[in-house]
Amino acid sequence: MTDTFLGMPAFPQAAAEAVRDGQLRANLRHATHTIRDKRARAVAELSDWAELRAAGKAIKDHTLRHLDRYLVQLEESVTAAGGTVHWAADAEEANRIVAGLVRATGETEVVKVKSMATQEIGLNEALAAEGITAYETDLAELIVQLGDDRPSHILVPAIHRNRAEIREIFAERMAAWGRPAPEGLTDTPAELAEAARLHLREKFLRAQVAISGANFMVAETGTLVVVESEGNGWMCLTLPRALISVVGIEKVVPTWRDLEVFLQLLPRSSTAERMNPYTSLWTGTTEGDGPSEFHLVLLDNGRTAALADQVGRQALRCIRCSACLNVCPVYERAGGHAYGSVYPGPIGAILTPQLRGTASPVDASLPYASSLCGACYEVCPVAIDIPEVLVHLRERVAEQGGHPAERAAIAAAGYVLDHPALLTAAERLAGRTRALHPRRLPGPGRAWTDTRDLPEVPAEPFRDWWRKNRP
Amino acid sequence: MRVALFATCVNDALFPATAVATVRLLERLGVDVDFPPEQTCCGQPQYNTGYRRACEPLVRRTARAFAGYDHVVTPSGSCAAMVRDNYPRIGARAAAEGRGTELADAALALTPRVHELTEFLTDVLGVEDVGAYFPHAVTYHPSCHGLRVLGLGNRPLRLLHAVRGLELRELPGAEECCGFGGTFAVKNAAVSAAMAEDKIANALRTDARVLCGADNSCLLHLGGMLRRRGGALRPLHLAEILASTEEDPWRPA
Repeated sequence: MTDTFLGMPAFPQAAAEAVRDGQLRANLRHATHTIRDKRARAVAELSDWAELRAAGKAIKDHTLRHLDRYLVQLEESVTAAGGTVHWAADAEEANRIVAGLVRATGETEVVKVKSMATQEIGLNEALAAEGITAYETDLAELIVQLGDDRPSHILVPAIHRNRAEIREIFAERMAAWGRPAPEGLTDTPAELAEAARLHLREKFLRAQVAISGANFMVAETGTLVVVESEGNGWMCLTLPRALISVVGIEKVVPTWRDLEVFLQLLPRSSTAERMNPYTSLWTGTTEGDGPSEFHLVLLDNGRTAALADQVGRQALRCIRCSACLNVCPVYERAGGHAYGSVYPGPIGAILTPQLRGTASPVDASLPYASSLCGACYEVCPVAIDIPEVLVHLRERVAEQGGHPAERAAIAAAGYVLDHPALLTAAERLAGRTRALHPRRLPGPGRAWTDTRDLPEVPAEPFRDWWRKNRP
Repeated sequence: MRVALFATCVNDALFPATAVATVRLLERLGVDVDFPPEQTCCGQPQYNTGYRRACEPLVRRTARAFAGYDHVVTPSGSCAAMVRDNYPRIGARAAAEGRGTELADAALALTPRVHELTEFLTDVLGVEDVGAYFPHAVTYHPSCHGLRVLGLGNRPLRLLHAVRGLELRELPGAEECCGFGGTFAVKNAAVSAAMAEDKIANALRTDARVLCGADNSCLLHLGGMLRRRGGALRPLHLAEILASTEEDPWRPA
């Protein structure tokens, strides 16, 4: 994944810092609760939501089980339609392919449709190193790019910013990237949108190369699909001469008919819309209509490794709707940056350690960035059992032996708990010495007693009451 | 009908009053309750922290302790969820790793007989009015595992509604996690505390005197923070409210 996140502190430290930022917490709370409530209403409108969800899960599971077959079919269909397919094993290879393709056009500027795959591989930074400037055209991505910031949400990358902050970014930074912000710009949404529109229009009309991701790829027809809300994607996909799409291999679906399910699940789960405003579909190239050159870069970057894990592979069902972020109480307080990855929130906590491995402190901390409350599983439109995968990945982290003190404590507790007589003795001892118990603890327990009192140990455990009263 | 109480280690060691209340309540309803002393812990803290193999002896122990009982009742949604959701998984993994089907068989023999207290009252005994009396303003926090893994729905609220004298106050944001999450409270203390603060702020807004829950682990976490802050709101397990009667009313310890 992108270098931008390397060297970040592990989740608990990053989250603790974020929790102290009152403005950030207020921005996140307001935004997540608004989307969450709207989503619940949009989903409640459909009487067959549970069936749709089951169908989405089934299609994805089937496709993942036969991924090799469908990818080969996709390659044949795309090629037959006049496109060129490239296979990239990792981020470096994908970046090298894309940079080469852009260089071959002779251009040094590209416009971009918002895409998680290109964020994941750090494409913009890689292109910049080759002297190619990538312009983000999604409003929130534009805010992030101008602000020299990192995205903090899958769908709403600038969710951590409020209107006043956005006005400031536009007024200060737009000029350096192209058309400056209008004089006297205020923070009303309409004025901010108009400023972005004027700034971006210049880019759309000039660019000869566009880079996108895709929400879905249809194996039988070779069709790619992007759903979006602003129309910027549609501009990028139709105006330029060359189009390069970088897409994770798990985004393939077998048939055109399958879109029927996902085009209902995705907008309602993500933006709480019955239908997303713009759905662009393209199949290879067509003379006189849209780009005359089309390249599809199929990205692995850890996905086949995730596919090999029987429990973890369900994360590859994800359609990036971000409903899990919006209901997650941990995300709501920690924000997206704390996850140290382009995929934040519950899905990031299970996807990132699978794509990157669990060796680094950040990646090893991610499976623990959840209270396992289960709200994410409840809203997931493709029924990814995120708590199950979190616990499964915790096992992987525990096995690599990260926390010796914890392992020792678990072993000691395990011994006592498998010997009821020892447990009774320990409980009685605790009861007898309760006057001596400290109010605040040293070591790892301090984190508890910093904000909470420990419970008072009762004079006698329940098992002693039972023995006396129910002989 | 042979009914065993699965007290849980948290209640046994820290909240015996809840287990006593469960016994008294069930006996008042005519249930013959037994407490098999070989029971200890369901293994949830180990399992959720990533030590699956360490809970295998506890799965075996729990299954053995409750063998032969028609029903196993526990005043903890979280521990019931551990048994129902994760015991079969632990058994299946042991079998998949080539260590035989003994654990899987034990898990499958136990899980259908385990009931969280409110499920047992409403679904097995078929009662909602348990004859309780509790003349206080109460707000109810539905813990995540009871709510989402077990799907308790409005069972606890129906039981509370039928309690004479009790005034039920709706908790804003009731379905949001309190931030306990077992070792999460220690590993991510800052976020955990922020979640508890918000939960408590919502509970205080109801002006209730009692914050009721069906899981003492959540109440331990919220109660620890309530105690640090001082004030009139106190945590109390649902079983203690349902055990309270006019003749023998609940009194703060």
